[in-house]
Amino acid sequence: MADTHSVIGTKNKKGQTFTDTWKLMNEAPRTPSFYTGSEVIKEALRRASCDVMIAYPITPQSEAAALIGELFAEGYIGDYFRGESEFAVMSQCAGAAFGGARVFTTTAGPGTMRAMENFPMWSGARLPIQMIVTCRGINSPLSIQPDTLEIAYLLNTGMLVWHAETAQDFFDWILKGYMVSEEPDVHLPLALCCDGFFVTHTKDVVNLTPADMCLPPYDPYRSPVPCMDMECPPVRMMRDPFIMKSNYISYATHASWQQEVWAAVERSRKHTIKWLNGLIETENTDAEVIIVASGTAVSQGREAIRLLDDEGIRCGLVKVKALRPWPGEEIREATKNAKHIIVPEFNVIGWLAKEIKATIPNSERVHAGPRVCGGMTMPPEIIVSEIKTLLGMRTMSLAGRGS
Amino acid sequence: MTQYRVLPGPEHFLPPSAASMGICLPNPGEAHINGVIVPEEKAYEEAAKQFLMAKVPTIFPGPLVLWAWNEKAAKKATAVRHLYNTLKECAQPGQTPMLIPMPDYRPKYPKINPEVEINPNHPNLTIWHNKIDCCMFIGVHCHQANLSLKIIRGGTSCYTIAMCAQAGHEDAMLSFRDASVEKIMKLAEWVRKLKGTVQPRLTSAKSGASN
Repeated sequence: MADTHSVIGTKNKKGQTFTDTWKLMNEAPRTPSFYTGSEVIKEALRRASCDVMIAYPITPQSEAAALIGELFAEGYIGDYFRGESEFAVMSQCAGAAFGGARVFTTTAGPGTMRAMENFPMWSGARLPIQMIVTCRGINSPLSIQPDTLEIAYLLNTGMLVWHAETAQDFFDWILKGYMVSEEPDVHLPLALCCDGFFVTHTKDVVNLTPADMCLPPYDPYRSPVPCMDMECPPVRMMRDPFIMKSNYISYATHASWQQEVWAAVERSRKHTIKWLNGLIETENTDAEVIIVASGTAVSQGREAIRLLDDEGIRCGLVKVKALRPWPGEEIREATKNAKHIIVPEFNVIGWLAKEIKATIPNSERVHAGPRVCGGMTMPPEIIVSEIKTLLGMRTMSLAGRGS
Repeated sequence: MTQYRVLPGPEHFLPPSAASMGICLPNPGEAHINGVIVPEEKAYEEAAKQFLMAKVPTIFPGPLVLWAWNEKAAKKATAVRHLYNTLKECAQPGQTPMLIPMPDYRPKYPKINPEVEINPNHPNLTIWHNKIDCCMFIGVHCHQANLSLKIIRGGTSCYTIAMCAQAGHEDAMLSFRDASVEKIMKLAEWVRKLKGTVQPRLTSAKSGASN
């Protein structure tokens, strides 16, 4: 039987030392390295003591999935194979997690959508699988370019959902993510999202922990449900499902089960705050104008704030790190002084603005935009322009016919 | 700070999970009573009182202590038996301590035998049938325990205690965390210590079999 604490200080077969995760993330020396986001995923996984990774190619996560194959060849991953489709991959991930393995996978865009049926199943079965989502367009006509629409679909699956801004977030959160999702009172899958290409295919300086130190292994005996057993729910329910029993208590059991999944999302709040140092980060929250954003829209917001500052306009920032658990209380507090709340997004529907509107008092303060999608970039100037327009200031036209 | 408190029911047609109402789990060294975090010592006293007040105080041991799958589990099972024996020794006339196992989590159809077991999918049947007014879960996987605790709170007036080996249960009215042999034995000591100082209730659960 694995015992997480008893292995601290011992070495794995690759000579890596199992290290207390808090020490690894907060005290171990860091080495600046110039990597793409995909390479960072590989480097995080090298240190994650991962048992199983299952891959399927879909842009823009294919490179990360292939790089993790190299890790397997080097002996850092217990098992690695390609599924038949994204749906198959996510089902196979479930099988591995049911069996007590620490599981990792990556997906994107239409692949996420194709596999969607599995995600509430993962949550309902309390499987702490980690899935990287390198977001891209999902609709026809085909686009492989950055677009965060798929996150909207993940928000109600019962998974934990985090949205990384940078490759550094990605490196740290992959490792920290297991610490949150494997807590026995949480024990839920984590969708760790980033904006495809912007993060995965650009190089950045990332401070890496030592490669000879790794996470302690997953201890499946702390799971809130037994390891897979055909006589135990939820597997037993596949052949003896609640839906076949038409009585109040069967329905009540299923309802209670669903509530328990969302209770576990709530319980993750405490652990997420500990590991991510809060569900949000804030700057200048006493300003009248505040940008609230997640993912790379945060970076564009930062640049917009700098441009506004040059013009003497003070603007605050809220970086939303965790979407599930949702930082409602934190956002209410951070925006309580704001007259205008600007929510720039890389998707057509503005799911983040909708979430914020449902959270704060006087939601007419929320300006749902600017929004771009389909792979468009979001120049900080358009954020600046929208803010100045809201403030009743003159602003340059940013679009024209080239005349 | 939430105003919600985890109290004996029947609470609602579909009661909310306590976590969704803002109730948080205790940290190591703590417990909770009705959703309020307290020092663990206070929880021993309150749990012992609740057992001694109950007409049918009952322990529900789950698979993690019923089966000797490791040495620790076997020792815990012995400690659970000791607690049950202590309850019997300390019971006054009219009180009937019970020990009813939750051997597995399969739904039992067409009908569970509530005299011999409890099941997380319809725990209220066992509570109602035996008129249990105070119970303690131990050795039940956390997900299944929460499932049961919520259903019990929804449909019965039974006081629920969780002796959890992990992080505890907000859906119980009183919860310990990091359960060990020592903690079970300590609860038995508290029951013995408070024997004769607590007046048993004369009536059983409001929503017992008569409901």
